[in-house]
Amino acid sequence: MTGLSGEIWQPVRLTIELAAITTFILLIVGTPIAWWLARSKAWWKEAVAAVVALPLVLPPTVLGFYLLVLLGPDGPGGLLARLWGGATLAFTFQGLVIGSVLYSMPFVVQPIRNSFAAIGDRPLEVAATLRASPRRAFWTVAIPLARPGFLAGAVLGFAHTVGEFGIVLMIGGSVPGKTKVLSVAIFDFVETSQWREANILAGGMAVFAFAVILTMTLIEKHIARIHA
Amino acid sequence: MSSGEPGAIRAKFQGVLGRFPLDAAFSVPSRGVTALFGPSGCGKSTVLRCLAGLHYLPGGFCAINDENWQDEKMFLPPYRRSIGYVFQEASLFPHLSVRRNLLYGAPSSTNAAASSVSFDEVIDLLGLAALLDRSPKHLSGGERQRVAIGRALLSQPKLLLMDEPLSALDRLTKDEILPFLERLHQRLALPVIYVSHDMTEIERLADHLVLMQAGRVLATGPLSVLQSDPSLPLAADRAAAVSFDAVVEAYDRAYGILTLQIDGGQLLVPADPVARGERRRLRIAASDVSLARDRPAASSLLNAMPARIVSRSPAGASEILVVLALGVEGNGARLLARITRRSWDVLQLQEGADVFAQVKGVALAPARGSDHATSIKAF
Repeated sequence: MTGLSGEIWQPVRLTIELAAITTFILLIVGTPIAWWLARSKAWWKEAVAAVVALPLVLPPTVLGFYLLVLLGPDGPGGLLARLWGGATLAFTFQGLVIGSVLYSMPFVVQPIRNSFAAIGDRPLEVAATLRASPRRAFWTVAIPLARPGFLAGAVLGFAHTVGEFGIVLMIGGSVPGKTKVLSVAIFDFVETSQWREANILAGGMAVFAFAVILTMTLIEKHIARIHA
Repeated sequence: MSSGEPGAIRAKFQGVLGRFPLDAAFSVPSRGVTALFGPSGCGKSTVLRCLAGLHYLPGGFCAINDENWQDEKMFLPPYRRSIGYVFQEASLFPHLSVRRNLLYGAPSSTNAAASSVSFDEVIDLLGLAALLDRSPKHLSGGERQRVAIGRALLSQPKLLLMDEPLSALDRLTKDEILPFLERLHQRLALPVIYVSHDMTEIERLADHLVLMQAGRVLATGPLSVLQSDPSLPLAADRAAAVSFDAVVEAYDRAYGILTLQIDGGQLLVPADPVARGERRRLRIAASDVSLARDRPAASSLLNAMPARIVSRSPAGASEILVVLALGVEGNGARLLARITRRSWDVLQLQEGADVFAQVKGVALAPARGSDHATSIKAF
């Protein structure tokens, strides 16, 4: 019985770890991108926005394929891996993180960009006329006012990373404890006719998805109340 | 224009402004309230934004006293200019309490001793004590704008810029805020540039005027000089009037009559008691002034001041706008009178003639603390 629960809990723990690290990285990397997309007047910014949004449209296997090439021993990922003595980033947890960051980026960047844009110029102009440097205005005005966007972005980024299957399978494979995340585990359980285990994980995912959507709705209602 | 000139705010901005070019240059004293006045869309708000550095027009110039903020070589970003800026909408930070909004731009406590206006002073001046711990969401429009003004003052500016601060408010709220602005004007030695398209605000607040039209500056000068210049649109308006800064000379308790000294004359105005020496802004409309050749012998009118006719210009088909200089020698302040062409001919008036200006009504700005401007019939 303990063996069984280990088989179930290991992918769950790995998934949460992956989603947490990915969300953390995305909040750090995605915020400047979202700020630039919301504030820049460069004509080519929508091209950048389209690249960020690509994972929304591309089949995960396509993204996964290119990542496999990039992260594999012959790509830049392989060169990177050699820095710490590895041969490849493919089929590793680090590779999985890189893939998840790219795949989940639009789900984090888009809500943050929207809430930055919703602030408008005025609060930042007010801050500037009150002697606040652009840096101070960003931290004390833009970030607090965009908080709902950060909340939404973090929840969506986390949830999408948890739910990802195609890319994970392409670049991560199914190495227990390293790359065998929840969605892959369900697939494996079904393959091996372990319906009970598959059921537990799938049911847990369903409950999780429900909780995420409910949370998002409540956040949005809260935002609407603030702006009313 | 690059050398320093103390005591002046100088600006020169050229650019494109919607349908017409902006080409505005002016120099005004860096004390008192200067109003940028003109119809909506004439470019006055753009000029104010350029002064603040919120808007960049290449090739522009602006300087306050001997400090250049923009010239051929440099452009100081807004956060490095010591300005206070009050926007049309209060634009308070919704995530901060009133107190934290007020203190957002205040210098850190180390320099607080050197600051020119203290927190308590601003709270008192604008009546904010009861609002401090509230959220901006739960304030009325007027309260919000008062907080915004206080917030700008507490950043210890050298120049306060106000962009139509009352135009988003209803009549009643405007009347609530105007006395606060007048107190500000009386108690703080802070130069203010005040953008407005509402002449009644300007008549009560401004000392200087920059008159704008379609992106250009029509005229610059002291308010009363521009008001009484028949070549400018102000005097031609039906509601033309001249503002005076009067000093309280005496108060007659028995009759409740105030004696006010203006340049070149004295006015008797029924009013509540006011201390001698106090300054009051008053306004005399052209339509409230009539002319007499001789000093009226028996009249219920209180005010008949000797004056000399400076100029006349037609005002419509049947009326004439007369510019008067108060005083026996005609060397006092200017006053406008609108009379009929018939009266002009019957009285055989002409430019240079000595007359008596009879004032039927005087609008006296309210005492500090009272709420409304009182328009007084001085019969």
